[in-house]
Amino acid sequence: MDVIEQGVGDIFTDPDADKARAFFRGKSRKMENKVMSVKDAVAKFIHDGDYITIGGFGANRVPVAVCHEILRQGRKKLGFAGHTSTHDFQILCAGEVFDRCDIAYIIGLEARGLSPNARRYMETGKVKVSEWSNYALSVRFKAAAAGVSFYPARNLMGTDTFKYSAGRIIECPFTKTKYVALPALYPDVSAIHVHEADMYGNCRVRGITVSDFDVARASKRLIITCEKLISNEEIRRDPSYTVIPYWCVDAVCEVPYGSYPGNMLGEYFSDEEHLKEWLKVESDPAEFKAFLEKNIYGCKDHFEYILKNGGMAKMQMLRQKEMMFIGAR
Amino acid sequence: MPDYNTMELMICTASRELEDGASVGVGTGAPCAAAMLAQKIHSPNLIIVFEAGGVAPLIPEMPISVGDSRTTWKAIMASGMCEIMETACRGMLDYTFLGGAQIDMYGNLNSTRIGTDHQKPKVRFPGSGGANDFGSFCWRMMVMTPQDSKRFVEKVSYCTTPGWLSGGDSRAKSGLPLGAGPYKIITNMAVMDFEPESKRMRVIALNPGYSVKDVQDNCGFELLKAKKIVENHAPTKEELHMLRDVIDPYRYVIGR
Repeated sequence: MDVIEQGVGDIFTDPDADKARAFFRGKSRKMENKVMSVKDAVAKFIHDGDYITIGGFGANRVPVAVCHEILRQGRKKLGFAGHTSTHDFQILCAGEVFDRCDIAYIIGLEARGLSPNARRYMETGKVKVSEWSNYALSVRFKAAAAGVSFYPARNLMGTDTFKYSAGRIIECPFTKTKYVALPALYPDVSAIHVHEADMYGNCRVRGITVSDFDVARASKRLIITCEKLISNEEIRRDPSYTVIPYWCVDAVCEVPYGSYPGNMLGEYFSDEEHLKEWLKVESDPAEFKAFLEKNIYGCKDHFEYILKNGGMAKMQMLRQKEMMFIGAR
Repeated sequence: MPDYNTMELMICTASRELEDGASVGVGTGAPCAAAMLAQKIHSPNLIIVFEAGGVAPLIPEMPISVGDSRTTWKAIMASGMCEIMETACRGMLDYTFLGGAQIDMYGNLNSTRIGTDHQKPKVRFPGSGGANDFGSFCWRMMVMTPQDSKRFVEKVSYCTTPGWLSGGDSRAKSGLPLGAGPYKIITNMAVMDFEPESKRMRVIALNPGYSVKDVQDNCGFELLKAKKIVENHAPTKEELHMLRDVIDPYRYVIGR
């Protein structure tokens, strides 16, 4: 197939579907207990140099505990999929943990404003970047999940977003229409926060799934954090609720309020005051350092982080905020 | 002095573009406010979709994220990024509202960077997000932005999201879906469309109190002028009440 035009960006991960198949051939199908602490999961499954993806949507259903633990364990030289990333990106930039990034949406926290520290980090030139869009990265995960090396799409063409991507424009063999071929993205490891999981890793998600269906399947290793563990009998009682099957999953970590300070549909709303404070302290390096020491480096785990930010009283307030809203205030 | 501000004026003008039964892809902030206002005033069956997966919610109040709980409140479906963008690519999304740091005479948008070194940009912005996708696929792309010559530039320093590219038939030749593209640009001073042949931006309506000269003086390139330029009406009492008391009571968007 002829390539009509080619972006100048790098492909940070190997899109070869046969190499990926060889890896997945060796992935365990055993139904075994995968419950462990976030600390152990990060130590075991996320290594320096890995390419990682964070599930959810920025500050909605994000595995915050895993993001914090990556900083605490001092991971470096990671690759990162900047796909729908907001608060997760902000945390990872605070630890300068990655040096290459596929960009779809970074730096911003949507209506809350831009992260001064994330912006600074991305303007240093220390991070190698390729440019995409949110859907382009979703499609790249989808191709990987489907076990093919690329998928065609009709976006990007004609723009600088294409020019700085690693996409290639090809012609449809049936209609002669132009398409951008997007290379499959197989992350080394991903972390996704879900509502419920059993000890084997069968997962249930309420509300939007963003790109997690495909991210889970595309990833070579997968860490699940869940609001609560449920029994395998409950999963089998109605399998139509299962979004991620256990054989994609390597670790299951029970982390109640695991998306805090983000939103979790039907559970708790985002802590807007805390997110506002975070954006504010980033403008002052000394203040930011102290803030990170208090909230990440000086915490043993997610519970301690929550305890330092209002504990159960705060969680109850955020639960009520979400419930009042769900109940159509 | 009129009893409304710039943001309120733009939101009200934009909301009138969304007819009942149409579908629109929106982000947070002003676009969402415009869609909510349309839904509450004249388009009760407006289908609002969010890139993160929310389909046709009856949004009770301003979401802070395109993926927060409000974006699926009383929705018909909670889906995902691929479902939304595939729906758009299939041709089922009529409108989208986008924004950016810069816009040029063909409606191309920059939300990625200022400066020439891509690996070390002078100023870095968030990037495309879902903008390139909605801008490529939705039939009619609209932009709401203040009229300012720093924003309205002859050529965007980086084209994140496609407008009519370099004008004429350049967009049709690019491979992007045929027939979709920039439709209207709504500012505090005027409404612009695009001249059908050249695809250059053209003034078609003025807001109360502004002249064509005001618009041109606050634009970094030469604007075309329609043969007949109409005057928009100011926000109505009903629109302002909905916007201030129901949609954005904390003035997250209209307060600015």
